[in-house]
Amino acid sequence: MAGNVWVVAEQWKGSISDATYEALALGRELAAGLGARLEAVLAGHGARPLAASLGRSDGVLCIEHPALADGTGEQISRAVAVLAAERTPALILIPTTNVSWDLLGLLPARLGVPLVNFCREATAAGGAVEFSSLLYGGKMAATISVGGGTVVVAVLPGTRPAEAGRGGAAPEIEDVAVDFGAGTGVTWLEFEEPEAGDVDITQQDFLVAVGRGISNEANVEVAEDLAAALGGAVCGSRPVIDQGWLPLVRQVGKSGTTVKPRLYVAAGISGAPEHVEGMKDAELIVAVNMDPGAPIFSVAHYGIVEDATDVLEALAEAVRKRKG
Amino acid sequence: MKILVLMKMVPDIVEELEVAGDGRSLDQEFLRFIVNERDEYALEQALLLKDRLQATITVVAPEAPEVDDVLFTARAKGADRLIKVTGLPAGAGARATAAALAATLPIIDGVLPADLVLSGCQSIDDLDGFVAPLLATALDLPYLGLVSRVAVDGGKAEVSKEYAGGVMGRFEVTLPALLGIQGCEKPPRYVPIAKVRAAIAAGGIEAVAAAGGPGMPSIEITAMAKPEAAGHAEMLQGSAREVAEKVADILAARGLL
Repeated sequence: MAGNVWVVAEQWKGSISDATYEALALGRELAAGLGARLEAVLAGHGARPLAASLGRSDGVLCIEHPALADGTGEQISRAVAVLAAERTPALILIPTTNVSWDLLGLLPARLGVPLVNFCREATAAGGAVEFSSLLYGGKMAATISVGGGTVVVAVLPGTRPAEAGRGGAAPEIEDVAVDFGAGTGVTWLEFEEPEAGDVDITQQDFLVAVGRGISNEANVEVAEDLAAALGGAVCGSRPVIDQGWLPLVRQVGKSGTTVKPRLYVAAGISGAPEHVEGMKDAELIVAVNMDPGAPIFSVAHYGIVEDATDVLEALAEAVRKRKG
Repeated sequence: MKILVLMKMVPDIVEELEVAGDGRSLDQEFLRFIVNERDEYALEQALLLKDRLQATITVVAPEAPEVDDVLFTARAKGADRLIKVTGLPAGAGARATAAALAATLPIIDGVLPADLVLSGCQSIDDLDGFVAPLLATALDLPYLGLVSRVAVDGGKAEVSKEYAGGVMGRFEVTLPALLGIQGCEKPPRYVPIAKVRAAIAAGGIEAVAAAGGPGMPSIEITAMAKPEAAGHAEMLQGSAREVAEKVADILAARGLL
């Protein structure tokens, strides 16, 4: 596998995201294994000052263009595709987040190269890279190999610690002019922040999280009761948000929030990778699920195979008893 | 207004998944299939637009077990035309699916051009790509993913896309376009079983053989296995009351109560 290793840096609210540093940490290992250079690609308008924070790379390729100001995947994918076609990197690592979502869908399509999705591990040896990806909601792991040429890799959050991708000396910065024929079909208008007034789940020591397994909306009240007994709040996984049982600001994981409470009770949550990325660093995780094979039990500290509602009710009572 | 909705079937992961004898694919024998959850939201988004505007909805789905029921349910909910694309191998990846649809959709009478193409933004088996952006690129349509609200006004759509932490981005998209749908203003509508039965009785699924087209480069799965967990929870046994007492003891011992 010839060519350099690229990480497309992700910008969110004026900073480089943690997910970018995680991908840089993985990229550093892969570049070493392939004997290649690690390059960060920074595409934006006025983003160049952020290049200094990408010191774990050997160099930063800066694409500055007014059409990249709004950060749409439509535009960034066009710019990166033109540059990648010229320079033929071996690997293009992109964080699997909502910010980079459109880029990682469109870039391999525009380049006509393969995508390795859901990547949680990759190792380089003998000039080849072997990937491991989680699929089917985290219930299966696939080992993947890819032929020669550029490969785009969607790196799952948490694959490496963000800290391992920070630091380093001031990187070499190369300004690259790319003529990419900006598309006009998608125009960013504005960001809408969530309405203030709801609970900030990132500030809670105790979270009771509910998922599809709680079966119906009435059981959210059971979770609320336990949260009240603990002095915390209720949050949820995607299916509960989809049903409108909880607002989007209460979602943990992709599209939602990353939380690190002292206690996280996961009730009726299977543990798909998109959810686990948002809660795996909680101090203590107690999971309740009817399925003994649920992936949540591989991240939880304590597990219970039972009806989630029954356990939440009993736990609220037991907590209140101890608190007097 | 013409809306095209793409739906596909995926393995039901509520069931136990097993690896096939080849060691690198799912054992199909006991596999159950359900519609990709995000595609249900794509259909609902189309139905919401039809509720507000003059629109016709065509639903296209690759042939797979149970797919007829999904198509008839879509009809019962309000879809106008149902098309099943046959001849794709079972378990075809996103690449093969997108390539087949890109070659087939243009040759089905009256399907393209559509003002809006809606598809789920992802599925649990998207190991080698995402159908929506692959197809958008092949059909040269603007694409935006993770969309959870769509309003159409003339030749443009104003859409909301989900970012993290409850932040939404608002975008203007020029039609025709392809949107990858993440959610909706409300959950997919319920349809009484009697209406589904009536749709089944009426029939009307058009079967169209997938056209050959240029392939798309893909990946090779060399092994598949249940993931090795880095750790595993200590499992607590007993009735709900008994395990609750044990958890409360653990919380108290850690100074959490």
